Amino acid sequence: MSKKENIIPESEETIEKEYSILNLGPTHPATHGIFQNILKMDGEIIHEAEPTVGYIHRAFEKLAERRPYNQITPITDRLNYCSSPINNMGWHMTVEKLIGCTVPKRVDYMRVIIMELARIADHLVCNSVIGVDTGAMTGFLYIFQWREKIYDIYESICGARLTTNIGRIGGFEREWSKTTWDQIHNFVKEYPKALKEFANLLERNKIFMDRTVNCGPISAKMALDYSFTGPNLRAAGVDYDVRVATPYSSYQDFDFIIPIGTAGDTYDRFMVRQEEMWQSLKIIEQAIKNMPKDQPFHADIPEFYLPPKEEVYNNMEALIYHFKIVMGETEVPKGEVYHCVEGGNGELGFYLVSDGGRTPYRLHFRRPCFIYYQAYSEMVKGIMLSDAIITMSSMNVIAGELDA
Amino acid sequence: MNEDVFKKLNEKISTKFPDAIEASDLAYDFPSFTIKKDNIHEVLEFLKNDEELNFHFLTDLTGFQTADEKQLGVIYHLHNMPKNIRVRIRTYFDINKPEIPTATDIWPGANWMERETFDFYGVRFKGHPKLKRILNVDEMDIFPMRKEYPLEDQSRDDKDDKMFGR
Repeated sequence: MSKKENIIPESEETIEKEYSILNLGPTHPATHGIFQNILKMDGEIIHEAEPTVGYIHRAFEKLAERRPYNQITPITDRLNYCSSPINNMGWHMTVEKLIGCTVPKRVDYMRVIIMELARIADHLVCNSVIGVDTGAMTGFLYIFQWREKIYDIYESICGARLTTNIGRIGGFEREWSKTTWDQIHNFVKEYPKALKEFANLLERNKIFMDRTVNCGPISAKMALDYSFTGPNLRAAGVDYDVRVATPYSSYQDFDFIIPIGTAGDTYDRFMVRQEEMWQSLKIIEQAIKNMPKDQPFHADIPEFYLPPKEEVYNNMEALIYHFKIVMGETEVPKGEVYHCVEGGNGELGFYLVSDGGRTPYRLHFRRPCFIYYQAYSEMVKGIMLSDAIITMSSMNVIAGELDA
Repeated sequence: MNEDVFKKLNEKISTKFPDAIEASDLAYDFPSFTIKKDNIHEVLEFLKNDEELNFHFLTDLTGFQTADEKQLGVIYHLHNMPKNIRVRIRTYFDINKPEIPTATDIWPGANWMERETFDFYGVRFKGHPKLKRILNVDEMDIFPMRKEYPLEDQSRDDKDDKMFGR
């Protein structure tokens, strides 16, 4: 009984302030992925956050060291699975850079169309989910059918929807069909209406603005120090976009602007992504309009690009190349390249070292999510738990890219 | 295209640190320098703080193992955004004594990248605020990206697959 008496402190001064520990995740419906954050809470204010990552680590870099180059494409799908075509194209371009191959202009333009569609799909998921996390379900329900239409376009090009494995080293697997083109034309024509509707729902919505303005801000200086890239950096006011800084895949031919924010808060990140979708549409329109005619849909690199099936049966050379590619026996020149593309979340880099063998000697993915997520604990310090949730969804942290 | 940049960098680094550069090349139009391990921290600091060079952005930091399996390396990719110049800095050191100074005091963003490098290659970054595993479990006692750990256990005898040479 003597123990019980000790519970009640003798006077007010002896009461020690204690933080409560809250485990947010690893599986929590509001974090949209497998993230764990151990939060030290002072009431509803976050005092300290300790992120734990790696729940879906799949050792891609190690796997890639045992795979021929064309078999690495499916691995890249699983990085940022909201915009896998960008990852695929990034990888193809890295290999093309290593082997010194130039692709026809037509392939560049086709790639641009696919990458910009993927960017729209990526931003659309992110923005509608910010809406869901602030309590606005409607926008999400309406806009999500347009992601389905983008997935239908992928499906008619390559047969897959989420993990696309789209394109080949050197170009595309086949010419796009009339159905594909109809779908693309239809999308470009109809999507602005849907996006406008979505924008009307949220952009100037008083409740949404109250909730997101000045929520989880990051200064340009801090964003640069933490190696932020992509929409999150641009929301903080730095106009860095890989498409403009180091143009790849003929991006220099297109006329588009880079939207930037000022405060780097959730609202700015939302608005930057919103505007980028309009710019992506503009790029797609230009690509369709200026698409070069009478050019092949792949580069002439027989060591890497599978020959057509008819030739495999009737042509000795084609048979040899077919066998070598399928069995992964193509040797690649020695070299060390770094190639980056503007992914959905920022600069997606491929650091590839080849020792002249059939597989990469070392392949490293510069994953924008992994790099900017480390600033999260800094950003949520001193803000409310509910604000931390929308800060995370506005940063668009994708578990697949984070953990590789 | 980047030849001038390469020459300029070579000149600037070698005047400031006479013996620091071990090798340099411009393969694939990307200026790369191999810096001695002892100089790495001051060279990185110089590249960031020099007003003309201004490599204020750490794009990437990753580990590497040389083909003879005797050395480990760390590869830095730096970026000067206003002038849009990139540079690659490599440094190599003995695999039995994998210790180099941290870059977290120069770029806070190096934190997780160094943890990842430690996790996979076992490079110990001296002065890192919290050097522990990040993607693998804490209990792991190997550094899985090192070449001594092949993807599949070569000593397995329960697989008899002579045709494909396992």
